[in-house]
Amino acid sequence: MDIVSNQQKQRMHPHKFTLWVAIGSLVMMFAGLTSAFIVKSNQVNWKPVTLPKVFWISTAVILLSSLTIQLALRSFKDREMSKYRMLIGITVILGAAFIILQWMGFQNLWAQQVTFKGAGAGQFLYVIFGLHALHVIAGIVVLIVMFIKAFFGKTKLYSSVPVEVAATYWHFVDLLWVYLLVFFLVIGGN
Amino acid sequence: MSEAMNVHSGVAAAHAVHHDDHGHHHHEQSFISKYVFSMDHKTIGKQFLITGMVWAIIGGLFSVLFRLQLGYPDQSFPILETFFGNWAKGGQIQPEFYYGLVTMHGTVLVFFVLTAGLSGTFANLLIPLQIGARDMASPFLNMLSYWFFFIAGIVMLASIFVHTGPASGGWTMYPPLSALRQAGEGQKIGTDLWLISMALFIVSSLLGGLNYISTILNMRTKGMSMTRLPLPIWAMFFTAVLGVLSFPVLLSGAILLLFDRNLGTSFYLSDIVINGEILPNEGGSAILYQHLFWFLGHPEVYIILLPAMGMVSEILSVNSRKPIFGYMAMLGSLFAIAILAFLVWAHHMFVTGLNPFLGSVFVLLTLLIAVPSAIKVFNWLTTLWRGNIRFTPATLFAIGFVSLFISGGLTGIFLGNSTIDIHLHDTMFVVAHFHIVMGVASFFGMFAGVYHWFPKMFGRYLNNTLGYMHFWVTMIGAYLIFWPMHYQGLAGIPRRYLDKKGWVSFNQFGELDKMITVVSIIVFAVQLMFVFNFFYSIFKGRKVTTPNPWGANTLEWTTKINPGHGNWEGEIPEVHRWPYDYGKDGREFIPQTEPVGANESKH
Repeated sequence: MDIVSNQQKQRMHPHKFTLWVAIGSLVMMFAGLTSAFIVKSNQVNWKPVTLPKVFWISTAVILLSSLTIQLALRSFKDREMSKYRMLIGITVILGAAFIILQWMGFQNLWAQQVTFKGAGAGQFLYVIFGLHALHVIAGIVVLIVMFIKAFFGKTKLYSSVPVEVAATYWHFVDLLWVYLLVFFLVIGGN
Repeated sequence: MSEAMNVHSGVAAAHAVHHDDHGHHHHEQSFISKYVFSMDHKTIGKQFLITGMVWAIIGGLFSVLFRLQLGYPDQSFPILETFFGNWAKGGQIQPEFYYGLVTMHGTVLVFFVLTAGLSGTFANLLIPLQIGARDMASPFLNMLSYWFFFIAGIVMLASIFVHTGPASGGWTMYPPLSALRQAGEGQKIGTDLWLISMALFIVSSLLGGLNYISTILNMRTKGMSMTRLPLPIWAMFFTAVLGVLSFPVLLSGAILLLFDRNLGTSFYLSDIVINGEILPNEGGSAILYQHLFWFLGHPEVYIILLPAMGMVSEILSVNSRKPIFGYMAMLGSLFAIAILAFLVWAHHMFVTGLNPFLGSVFVLLTLLIAVPSAIKVFNWLTTLWRGNIRFTPATLFAIGFVSLFISGGLTGIFLGNSTIDIHLHDTMFVVAHFHIVMGVASFFGMFAGVYHWFPKMFGRYLNNTLGYMHFWVTMIGAYLIFWPMHYQGLAGIPRRYLDKKGWVSFNQFGELDKMITVVSIIVFAVQLMFVFNFFYSIFKGRKVTTPNPWGANTLEWTTKINPGHGNWEGEIPEVHRWPYDYGKDGREFIPQTEPVGANESKH
């Protein structure tokens, strides 16, 4: 992307900057949804929801994956490519595990009669956690592409920008999950 | 700074980046990579413009059709039945069709034409050219932005042709009407397609907006400080910020609506009996949708208007051969409008049972918008004041914009008052207000932009005579169409009604409605003439012979007449001054690239 390399010096790389704006945009989407949650929780027949335990495991998994991608970024910068590949691979596996755990959480909830019927926090939970999961899946796809490139790519990449962008995005979906979890624990439980 | 310019030859080769540090080289591009899947911001801008024009014709035609019904409710037009079959049985527009037309007219014009067609076109064309960049921060995302818009258009177009017809719940798509399949033909598959199309459109807008923001902030050429940016760029910047922050909220509202429609959730639905059937939904809130919708919906008004304001500022300054009056005040008022845009959404909801105290807060914030708006109007008028005005079609349209913005803005003060709004809400007064201030005014900004930058886009001029005809008929026509609607609205005629025959008090407006219909047909025909002028001039228009035909200061006129991908052949020019040094020190204009002289006066 030579056109992009014509940026001015000392400025943040445009792709990184774009990501930060995109994060702002995603924050607005989830802020919209969670504020809708608050508005609706004041209506009649509101049923709170108790989160299944499996969401705690998924939290641990995604937090761990944040650590592995940070280590992957560091090893990329140190040019330790085999370590980088391994860590990216682990992150992908952890991300996939997170999705599976979320799915188990959904099944657990559904079995407890928290469905789309009636009114309550459960409906929001499926929408909000589902949208979050979609963003994690998007991140996994990006990581898989990077993993494949690291193994089979013909050209050697020295710029750490793509890895940094991916890592920032990954930390964001991680933090977003923590926010959503706390939100549902504090406000959704009432 | 490396001047190696690489043009990606098509999507397939997007990863094969060539490195060449020894000057520039020219790729032979295939038709597909040059005109279809192009990553050149100028081509993408033209794609947005032409797609927007196609949608404008479709959306405009819809308005002519429902104006026929409003002007001649008893008349039969057999030709309508020929074209629309059951939708116009006996040559008369059927109620379901009418609501479909109204909904699609609003959706298409607001989103596809005045959002994508306007800011998509000019943000893409002008941002890199005026800030001195080779292309957008991410040309690939930019291309994706267009193609998401294109697919959104295909889905929307498809919804017009499904058996049960397009979405017909009004362009705001309020539940519960839009959430219940039983509520009407248009609420069936048509509304699902509408929601999917809008979701795709939002993705397109976000990709575009991200690019515009990071390009403006990160890719400016040497010397181009933020306060040396031409005003269109500032306007596009605030537009993009508004879009990036508000469209995701509309997306979340649309997702919840999709769930309510298809999965039986009750986000918006509660205690509904329809056709004798009691629905199980409980605890939902239809007002919640309105909050989510208008949190986008109000900034959307400024997403539409700000690019027009920016371009008008530039065009007025260039063509009155005077510096823009109050550059910093223009920036400040753009900023104030962008902030206030997020704080006034509930003025669309005064009559929904909103707490009157909260209502009065929104009244105050709404009326505050009058301050930056008045600053802008004052600055445009003082820019024109005692200038050497060149009345090109672009200038005329820019002046027309100012006129429409004043008259439409004044009626906004009526509607922004929650007490007066009790009488005026949902009447033709509202229709008149937003068509003048947002619809027609933005169209004028867009026309001004097309006439002014056509030489940059295609290396030829639009035909001036047709341009003057286009301006005068549209200008007079717009006032003839929308001015009388204020009277209708004050008399209480509701908007969106198919037929007013049942109300004796509204019968006196029959002739007025006929007049409006006739004028709207004439104005529509003149727009077709503009479209003809546009396409004719691309191929046969008078050729541009000088790189800077308007004698303008900004960077886009320092490129070749027909710039290739990368815009400048050699180094990107350096900027030494602000873009509005017109009529200074006895010189007509001083381009931004010229260093400040030793004895030059301060502006």
